[in-house]
Amino acid sequence: MLRELRSALVAVLVLTVLLGLAYPLAITGVAQLLWSGEANGSRVLEHGRTVGSSLIGQDFAADSAYFQSRPSVSAYDPAETAASNLGPNSALLASEIRTRAAQFLRRERPYDRGLTLAAIPADAVTASGSGVDPDISLANARIQAHRVAALRHLRLAAVLRLVAGSTHSSAGGLFGPEAVNVLNLNMALDALRSR
Amino acid sequence: MSVSGWLQIAALLVVLTTLTRPLGGYIDRVFSGERVLLARALRPFERRLTRLLAGAQPGGQDWKEYARSVVLFSGVCWLALYLILRTQSIQPLNPQGFGSPPWDVTFNIASSFVSNSSWQFYGGETTLSNFSQMAGITVHSFLSGCVGLAAGIAIVRGFASHSGKQLGNFWVDLIRGLLYVLLPLAIAASLFLVAEGSIQTLAANVHISTLTGGQQTLALGPVASEKAINVLSSDGGGFFAVNSAMPFEDPTGLTNFIEALMMLVIPAALTATYGRMVGDRRQGWALYGVMAVMLAGAAAVAYPAESGPSPAMRAAGVHGVNMEGKEQRLQAPGSTLTAVAGTTSSGGTTSAALDSFSGLGGSIPMADIMTGEVIFGGVGSGLFGMLLMVLLAVFIAGLMVGRTPEYLGKKIEADEIKLVTIGVILVPLIVLFMTAWAISTRYGLRSISNPGPQGFSETLYAYTSQANNNGSAFAGYVGFVQPHAPGNVGASGITFADLAGGGAMLLGRFVPMLIALAVAGSLSGKRTIVSGAGTMRTDTFAFAGLLIATISIVALLTFVPALMLGPLVQALTPRLF
Repeated sequence: MLRELRSALVAVLVLTVLLGLAYPLAITGVAQLLWSGEANGSRVLEHGRTVGSSLIGQDFAADSAYFQSRPSVSAYDPAETAASNLGPNSALLASEIRTRAAQFLRRERPYDRGLTLAAIPADAVTASGSGVDPDISLANARIQAHRVAALRHLRLAAVLRLVAGSTHSSAGGLFGPEAVNVLNLNMALDALRSR
Repeated sequence: MSVSGWLQIAALLVVLTTLTRPLGGYIDRVFSGERVLLARALRPFERRLTRLLAGAQPGGQDWKEYARSVVLFSGVCWLALYLILRTQSIQPLNPQGFGSPPWDVTFNIASSFVSNSSWQFYGGETTLSNFSQMAGITVHSFLSGCVGLAAGIAIVRGFASHSGKQLGNFWVDLIRGLLYVLLPLAIAASLFLVAEGSIQTLAANVHISTLTGGQQTLALGPVASEKAINVLSSDGGGFFAVNSAMPFEDPTGLTNFIEALMMLVIPAALTATYGRMVGDRRQGWALYGVMAVMLAGAAAVAYPAESGPSPAMRAAGVHGVNMEGKEQRLQAPGSTLTAVAGTTSSGGTTSAALDSFSGLGGSIPMADIMTGEVIFGGVGSGLFGMLLMVLLAVFIAGLMVGRTPEYLGKKIEADEIKLVTIGVILVPLIVLFMTAWAISTRYGLRSISNPGPQGFSETLYAYTSQANNNGSAFAGYVGFVQPHAPGNVGASGITFADLAGGGAMLLGRFVPMLIALAVAGSLSGKRTIVSGAGTMRTDTFAFAGLLIATISIVALLTFVPALMLGPLVQALTPRLF
C-alpha cells in the first residue's frame, strides 16, 4: 500500500513535469519557430499598427461605412468569450432577434430598397457562439454591400469584388460553408480608399 | 441542409472507419509489450520510468490490485490538481495575475479533470493562469484519459484470459499508454492546430485598438497543446469559456472536423484492439458497427433539426438556420458534427452553444450521453461500458431463448450479472436523483438561467453530463459567479452545484470502472466452453441489432419522462417561455 502510494506520488510529480512543462513548452517553441504568426494570434497590421486578429471579430458599429459583424453578447471581447445560452423557445431571445432585425432593416433598407424582414440572413440577427465570430454570411455581406458602396461612393460591383476576395470556405465547402471575414474585408475597403 | 453538410458527416464515418484497424492494431502492440515504431527513441525513458514506479520486475496485478493502483493514483492526481489551482496566485506563469478560484469551484474542477469529464463551471480565460492550464488542466487531461485507457485494456485482458487472474500492471500500462499513444498523437495534433491558426504562446494578453478606434484585448495562452490532448483523451475541456466556438481553439472548418475525429478515434480504435486481444476480430467489428450506426443515427436527427429556424426566430419573423450560438464558419453542419461527436464520445468538446440548439437538436446530445457513454464513449471507459451492455444483452437473449448466457465462450453467471446490473443502473440513478434534488430545492434553482422547460433541460443536462463524465453543457447552468473585476476578485462558487456535480463526476467515473474491473476479474481465467449449435453468436447483425435495442431500451425507459419535461416539450410546441 505504502509502496503504491509512493509510486502514485512520484508518478504525478514526474508526469506533471513531462506533460505540464516539457510538452507545452516544446510545442510553444516549435510553434513560435515555424508558425509564429498563427501562434501569436494571427494579428493583422494597418500602417504598422496591430488593429486586430483575422480570427477575432470586432465591433464596427461606430462607423457605418464599414461592414458590420454579427451580434455579440460579450461586446466582442476575446478575453471573456460568451454565447447568449438562451433557449430555442426563449421569449427573451425572440424579442432580441426582433430588435436586431428592426435595427438591421433601419440600417440597410435606405440603401437596399427591396429588403424585407423575411430576407434578413439569420446570422445577422443571432448572437454567435463565441461572441467574437470573425465572419458573416455571404448573403449578409451582399446586403451590406449596398450601404458600404453608397457611403464610400464606390460602385457596388467594386465592393462585391472585395467581398468575394474576403470570402473563404474550408475544403471547397466540405468542412464549412462560405463565410466572409469582416475585418479583412473592411481593411481591403480602407486600402481601396487610400490607393 | 446541404449536400456538403451530409458529406461532411459521411466523411467523418469513412475516415474513422479507415483509421480504426491500423490504430487499433498499434494500440494492441503497445499494450502487449511488443516493440513499436517509437520504441527506439522512447524505450530507455520508458524503462527508467517503469523501474521508478513499478520496480525492476513489474509483476502482474489481479483486479483488486489493479483497482487499488487506479484509485490511489487518481486520488493523488485529484489532490495535486486541487493544490495547484488553490495556490494559483503564488505560482509562476500568471501574466494576468489571476487569484486562486474559491474552494467549492476548485473541488468541481479537480473532480472534473481527474474523472476525465472536463465539466467547466469556470471560463478558462477569466479564471486560470497559464501555469494552471499547463501543469493542471493539460496534465490531468492526459492522465485521466490514460487511466481510462489502462483500465479498459486491463478489463479486456480479463475477458480474454483463459488462465490466471492477472490483468496486467497498472504502472506499466499507464506509462506505455502515455508515451506511445497519447503523447505522440497530442504532439502531432497540437502542431496541426497551430499551423491552422490556433494560438500557442506564454505571452500576456495584448491590448489593441481596433479599426474603428475601439479597445480589444486579445487573450493569449498555450491553447493548442491543451486542446490537442483535450480532444484526444476524451476529456474535451476548453481553454476558453465557449470551448471550440472560440476561433483561437478551433480556427477553421477543417480543424473542427479534425477535433471531432480526434474525440472518436481512440475509442473507435479500441474496438479493433479488443477484437485482436480476444482473438476474434469480428467481435471488435460488431461493437464498432453498433457504435457507428448509433452515431450516424444521432447525426441524422440532429443535423436537420439544427438546419431550420428556432421557435424564437419564427416568432420574430426571421428565416434560415438556427444560428443563435453558432459560428458562421461552422454553421449547422460543423456545429452538429462536434455536438454529436462530442457526446457519443465522452469528449464533450462543442463548437456551438448547445443551450441554444432546437428542442430536438438539443435532446440528441443529451440522449447520446444518456446511453451511458457507450457509443464510442471515453478512451477505454467507452469500451468497458459497452462490454457491460454486451453482457446485459447476452443475458437478456439467454433469458428469451432459455439458455445459459455465454460470451466469448465463457459462461456468464449470477455474480457477473449482479455486477453488470449495478454498473448499468447506477449512473442513471445518480443523474435522476441529482436532477430531482437540484430542481426541487432552492439550492439548485440558483444555477438555472433560462425560464420554463429550458431551465429544467439545463439542470438535467448538467447532471447527465457530469455523472457520465462527458463535460459538454447547456452552459446557461452556472456554478461560479464572477463579477466583472480582474483576477477572480469577488468571485464565488454556487456551493450546491459545485459539490453535487463534483460528487456525481467522481462516482460516475470510478464506480463503473471498479465494477467493470470486478467483472473482468471474475471472467479472467474462466474455462471456455466449446461452442455448439445452441451457442448464440455475438458477431452477427442479429446480435448487433439486439445490442442497439438493449442500449436504447435501457436509456429510453430511464430517461424519456425526464426528456419529455425538458427538450422534447420544446420540440413539440412553438410556444415561447
